[in-house]
Amino acid sequence: MAKQVELDGAQALIKTLDELGIEYIFGYSGGAALPIFDALETVKSNIKFVLTRHEQGATHMADGYARATGKPAVVLVTSGPGAGNTITGIMTAQMDSVPMIIITGQQVTWMLGKDAFQEADIFGITIPVVKHNYLVRNTNDLPRIAREAYHIATTGRPGPVLIDVPKNVSQSPFSGDLDAEIDLPGYHPDEAFDIDDDAIEQASRLIAMSKRPVILAGHGAMIAGAEKELMQLATTLGCPVTNTLLGKGVFPETHDLSLGMLGMHGTAYANKAMCECDLIINIGSRFDDRIIGQADKFGANAKIIHVDIDPAEMNKMIRPDVQVVGDAKEALKRLNKQIHPLDTADWLDRLTGYKKKFPLHYKKQGGLRMQQVLDELFEVTDGKAIVTTDVGQHQMWAAQFYRNDESWKWISSGGAGTMGFGFPAAIGAQFACPDDIVVAVVGDGGFQMTLCELATAVVNKLPVIILVLNNHYLGMVRQWQELFFDNRESGVDLDGNPDFAKLAEAYGAAGLTVKRPADVRKRLEEALELRKNGPVLINAECIKTENVFPMIPAGAALEDMLIEPPKHKMEKPVGST
Amino acid sequence: MSKTITTTDRKPKPRPDVIGGHTLSMHVNNQPGVLMRICQVFARRAYNIDSLVVSQGRDPRFSRLTLGISGDPAGLDQIIKQCDKLVDVIHCTEHTPANAVVRDMVLVKIEVSGAERRTEVLQIIEHFGGKTVDMSENSMIARIEGDSEKVDSAIRLLSNYDIIETVRTGKVVMARGEQTT
Repeated sequence: MAKQVELDGAQALIKTLDELGIEYIFGYSGGAALPIFDALETVKSNIKFVLTRHEQGATHMADGYARATGKPAVVLVTSGPGAGNTITGIMTAQMDSVPMIIITGQQVTWMLGKDAFQEADIFGITIPVVKHNYLVRNTNDLPRIAREAYHIATTGRPGPVLIDVPKNVSQSPFSGDLDAEIDLPGYHPDEAFDIDDDAIEQASRLIAMSKRPVILAGHGAMIAGAEKELMQLATTLGCPVTNTLLGKGVFPETHDLSLGMLGMHGTAYANKAMCECDLIINIGSRFDDRIIGQADKFGANAKIIHVDIDPAEMNKMIRPDVQVVGDAKEALKRLNKQIHPLDTADWLDRLTGYKKKFPLHYKKQGGLRMQQVLDELFEVTDGKAIVTTDVGQHQMWAAQFYRNDESWKWISSGGAGTMGFGFPAAIGAQFACPDDIVVAVVGDGGFQMTLCELATAVVNKLPVIILVLNNHYLGMVRQWQELFFDNRESGVDLDGNPDFAKLAEAYGAAGLTVKRPADVRKRLEEALELRKNGPVLINAECIKTENVFPMIPAGAALEDMLIEPPKHKMEKPVGST
Repeated sequence: MSKTITTTDRKPKPRPDVIGGHTLSMHVNNQPGVLMRICQVFARRAYNIDSLVVSQGRDPRFSRLTLGISGDPAGLDQIIKQCDKLVDVIHCTEHTPANAVVRDMVLVKIEVSGAERRTEVLQIIEHFGGKTVDMSENSMIARIEGDSEKVDSAIRLLSNYDIIETVRTGKVVMARGEQTT
């Protein structure tokens, strides 16, 4: 009889991840994770390991990978500080419903709770920022838990799942069932496809009565893969569509019916449509405070239909007239069978008027503006690049000027607003989509938080473009200080920035600098050529004091939107940050 | 006339923005850490857990939780859904006295020196159907069981005497009729 091949827990874990189709593990090694790192070498699998330069970078790479493919990647780090460094990235994924599996090494089980070296209660620490988490106590549970983690991360409303693996658990011989099935009596994502017929009926009745409807398309519609159904709904009804920041691309932003992004820095016409409509059809958006402004004035004259897979989103921010709990694609399929064209000609005319009267625009004289760089980036890449961003002014301008016609091509930290996200997310997206043009649009602030990943990009010869929109300021905070705090600048001057192009060169990447508006196109085209040899960084020296408009001050009603800089002193906003 | 009750028994001042007396019942996985997840949902939204009873279910894989909570009335529906969303929670439902049997139990330790006082206290205990479960020269422990209001009134009456301490189980509920909790 052939001798049974003996596995340890770590090997059983890697085998299971391979079987689940995990393609990439992003991570950083360390003592408590040694057995798992060893298993990466001893187990034959299709998994590729990417060594990052910081654990936070690993989480954002897994995030970028997931937002470009819809599939999860794995983050593998050690215990204590290694695990602690993943928190920001896990929180980012949780806030934006991104699937991710985080595996952390841990001290041996008999030392837990005894302040052992590099021991941290990462299970307890991460409870508020994960969809679910595990502390594994038995080696034989590893395959089942890995399968459950994958299942939980990728179904229903996706999210991150953490598995904490003590070293003795990963190191001990495995004698369990590699094919052990999942056992989750409290988790039923399949219910999302069992949609209440009455709700669909009520929704179709509200739609039939509407004269000025608006569709609000969010990330949930993208995750459900409801693009076709959404297009059918909009075109059948003749209904304009606005999208959230994370919903960019789920409905083509260059389509005649598109109003672009709504909310705090959304287009004037999208926000005006929200104020004047008589029906809001929300498909997979969670009515974030950034899009509703003052909650009691939001949609005050409109009926509201809310389609969401997460029952806990119903009535959380806004009380809808009709709640449709379930998968967006399934819901739209059923709804589309019950709808008929509406006469929206006058409504669309009105909105076209707003589009003409209040277009997104920027001054072309007086120095280099971020808007121009992004506008030209849109043109030279034909709007087809995968764009990732950090958080701040550059993010809002990128959202405004880089119009997306396809899902999975806009990767930005929305809910968490995580600076330092953009560049590592671009690396993850480039691993996922090696043939796409991937551009990390970052500010000088956020980029410096995770720029150590330049080494990761260079070592892996990734053709990623890093566009540093550099105004030597934390521009969004400075904008708020200018508008609401009598222009008292506090903690926003990034004096001491390095020469980013030289820095890129020091890492072995190509570095370019652009200062004059007339040179932007040339530099972008140069970067598109140079990327064939590896990462390219463009440092765009932009004017320092430009502000993002339109703007709805936090907590103000949508109708109080500032389309132009205000002429009078503004009250301090009282709403959410 | 009534004396101050010991610190742990002091009643909070009524606040119009806070609801009390709501009872949630949960069926959850019987594993370490599950309670932590549930408590965080309440703490984050500024709900207070007034009482909490946890015990293993008939099937040892699961536990039954009964929580008495107070907090923002507008968020109650939300918090039930947020709890229900946890992977470790099989289900979470609210119960009212109309649809469920509620039981609560208290142990009260009272200083009773002198035959007269002792007789008075014993009468009160008997009135509430309670039992004396410990007796020493100068003190006794009474056990009183019933719905929460009954237990409250018993404590209120007994607080005319010198209560040394009280320990209360917190309420447990069970749905009436054939319906499961």
